Amino acid sequence: MTSDQKVLVIAEHFQGEIISSTSKAINCASQISSQVDLLVLSNDPNLSDHASRYDGINEVLVINDDLFENSIASIMAPVIAEIASSYDYVLAPSTTFGKDLTPRVSAVLDVSQITDIMEVIDSRTFKRPVYAGNAIETIEINQGQKVVATVRPASFKDVGDSNNASVKILDLPSVDIPNHTRFKGIQSEVKERPDLQVASVVISGGRGVGSAENFEILYQLADKLGASVGASRAAVDAGYVPNDMQVGQTGKIIAPDLYFAFGISGAIQHIAGIKDAGTIVAVNKDPDAPIFEIADIGIVADLFEFIPDFLSKLD
Amino acid sequence: MEKILVCIKRVIDYNVKIRIKPDESGVITDGVKMSINPFDEIALEEALRIKESGNANEVIIVSIGPDDTQQQLRTGLAMGADRAIHIEHPTPLEPIQVAKLLSRIVEQEQPELILMGKQAIDDDANQTGQMLAQIFSYPQATFASKITLTGNTLEVVREVDQGLEILDVDLPAIVTVDLRLNEPRYVKLPDIMKAKKKPLEVLDPVSLDVSLDPSIKVLNVSAPPPRQSGVMLEDASQLVSSLKEKGLLND
Ligand SMILES: Cc1cc2nc3c(=O)[nH]c(=O)nc-3n(C[C@H](O)[C@H](O)[C@H](O)COP(=O)(O)OP(=O)(O)OC[C@H]3O[C@@H](n4cnc5c(N)ncnc54)[C@H](O)[C@@H]3O)c2cc1C
Repeated sequence: MTSDQKVLVIAEHFQGEIISSTSKAINCASQISSQVDLLVLSNDPNLSDHASRYDGINEVLVINDDLFENSIASIMAPVIAEIASSYDYVLAPSTTFGKDLTPRVSAVLDVSQITDIMEVIDSRTFKRPVYAGNAIETIEINQGQKVVATVRPASFKDVGDSNNASVKILDLPSVDIPNHTRFKGIQSEVKERPDLQVASVVISGGRGVGSAENFEILYQLADKLGASVGASRAAVDAGYVPNDMQVGQTGKIIAPDLYFAFGISGAIQHIAGIKDAGTIVAVNKDPDAPIFEIADIGIVADLFEFIPDFLSKLD
Repeated sequence: MEKILVCIKRVIDYNVKIRIKPDESGVITDGVKMSINPFDEIALEEALRIKESGNANEVIIVSIGPDDTQQQLRTGLAMGADRAIHIEHPTPLEPIQVAKLLSRIVEQEQPELILMGKQAIDDDANQTGQMLAQIFSYPQATFASKITLTGNTLEVVREVDQGLEILDVDLPAIVTVDLRLNEPRYVKLPDIMKAKKKPLEVLDPVSLDVSLDPSIKVLNVSAPPPRQSGVMLEDASQLVSSLKEKGLLND
């Protein structure tokens, strides 16, 4: 670990809370260097308190401004690039937030970027997934070049929250900030269950579930197990559930201890999202469904018969 | 608007199960079916629909890649693009280099709208569109699942982790598209014939004056660690005992 290298982590927040993927990015940063600062751009002064508790953070840098209310990449990128001038690394979580934002920072800084760090080999060498996780690249980035990267949350554990890092309020740097992008709103359903990306148990349903109404039985099971509910792309496309429940290459990449796939065939794009799950249980009525090739526990059954039976055995 | 530019990439077809070269230097592409990156195909479909609704005059496609990339450009022309630009480069480039090469085409063509996939399914980088947007300080809307044009403004619905976000962006703008935006059309045989006569310009990247020195070296490409092979169980009671044994269910 080269401790003189300085790492800036960009905090992701939503509706007044810092999102857990930030903590995983901090974990990755701490494996690169011990000099890690966290940048919080928001219009909510209360966030810095939470930010300062993350273990491994030296200093929390804060700019409070209404400009940052909705995390618009074209507004944040020039500000981050300016602050990054005194850092060797800029890291953000590999979420839709981080993926939207960081390439603009890279372009201002005129450097190449690494998407989805899944392992730190040394301060210049990293592993990342390609082809939806069906291959792993080991890459080395040139010496002396600033590194901008996103961190794959499913590959890192959360850091603790017993720190009390100092908080420094910065002035908005004088950079050109565009006004060509306007936030109009977000449709986000209030979730009664644990977040998909942090839940230790996830119950997913696919096209085999058949309808939005039929998903009810999965919700029942989820509530029994304290689980979150996910879905395949086919289930989202068919309108059974909203898009933010999609698991897979183009949905969420998750790493629960226990994953249930009900009526999901097991396409590689779906598997890409659950490669890091602890135990995968698949229930499918087709004995040849490819999901059985990767499941730890497979059961050939009709999900509508199986789940009520399973529920009764859990009582 | 006058022009829409759509950026497309030639990738291994999404149905192909990739194989890694025995020397771990990369992925086997010889004799493997190649296609337009599925997200880019959706971007092209969207451009064509905007043109067909009378809101654009010309759809131009551009791709950077080896000489075979012209197959994918011909497919794009058969789908309905008006002309194609091929920047010929034999080996993979880093997204920042791709964005800079594309920026030369944007300077030349001055499109009001630039569309491309949110990521390519080979390197899964998800960078190029955002970098290109920043080069011109253009607005961007990534992960688009719905686009509505009103005058000089695009309303874009974005599929983000928290749900569906709605942004308004002023043109010129860059939109990177997600899967649910549309379903691309199938090309018909007569269109393939017609596409052969459409203009396809080939450019040498050297003429575009962009540094192509790599800053990231791929040391090795390997298979992900295999999962332990699983067991098949008969019913719910067996599952309950098995999960209890693993400590995944409380008694
Ligand atoms: C570029 C790209 C990206 C993609 N990204 C993703 C992604 O992120 N996530 C994703 O999930 N997909 C993704 N896909 C789509 C993926 O290829 C599959 O089409 C999708 O995962 C299929 O969903 P499914 O398994 O629910 O449906 P199907 O493949 O139709 O499978 C349904 C399964 O349900 C079983 N079944 C039916 N009825 C019952 C019953 N009563 N009881 C038990 N079993 C039953 C059937 O035997 C079948 O195996 C992507 C595709 C592309 C091209």
